[in-house]
Amino acid sequence: MSDALQQSLDRLARVRGMRGSMWVAAEDGLTVAQLLMEGVRGKAVAALAASLARKVSGTAGAVGAGTVRFVQMETASGTLLVAPAPPDLLIVALADPQVNIGLARLEMLRAVRAVAR
Amino acid sequence: MSTTVVEPWAEEPLLRYVAQSGARLVVVMTPSGQVLAQHGFARAVDLMAAAALGAAIMAASGALAQQLGERAFGALFHAGQRHGIHLAPCATPRGPLVVLTVFGKETSIGLVELFHEEFAAALHRAAPAEAVRAPVLAADFEADLNRSLTSLFRR
Repeated sequence: MSDALQQSLDRLARVRGMRGSMWVAAEDGLTVAQLLMEGVRGKAVAALAASLARKVSGTAGAVGAGTVRFVQMETASGTLLVAPAPPDLLIVALADPQVNIGLARLEMLRAVRAVAR
Repeated sequence: MSTTVVEPWAEEPLLRYVAQSGARLVVVMTPSGQVLAQHGFARAVDLMAAAALGAAIMAASGALAQQLGERAFGALFHAGQRHGIHLAPCATPRGPLVVLTVFGKETSIGLVELFHEEFAAALHRAAPAEAVRAPVLAADFEADLNRSLTSLFRR
């Protein structure tokens, strides 16, 4: 299992503009596996991304939008991408603003499917 | 929810920690269980019990660490059905302190750990150097305890 998680992070790291990615325990906000560039605060990203995912899921549920499959948050200096991998995990990626979002999303959802198997 | 402090320097870091972490209950105490600040407790008896038990857990785990050849353990985390408990030491110029945090499902251990680190750093910056202490005498204990309870619960 941990090999599969690490391999998916390796694939995601090949996307140009990716600063780091990690598998996070959805409920705890703790890192399960990570591959980060130097200077990225993994612990903070994991905790805050899990909190964000929980809030977005709660909002989606409240408005009847169903299950959240992908969260994309763009800021001036970067992009945060989160994909839930039910029941316990999230895959989280941090990238430069110029990252190919489509490719990153494809790799993240592929990783989610691989872990679900 | 009320936040009360015996030592005023602890108040601002505690308020920020509670706001950031989403903790329901927080106790800042000495390793012997003397409470310096608290958030969320309504009754003195609950606070004193939590402080005494938290201090006892830290002492027991410290003794276990020594048995295993460790200098000390870091944070302790207990995941319950409805609540999580985070218990961690914190070094300050005033001496070592212990922070007990109880949190619910609205936050996570990841957030509590993250903001506990910032809280510990803020306490370290805010704490005055330890004053020379007189030995703790049994005769003074009750008076000290009553003074702390009066500060914390304004009775």
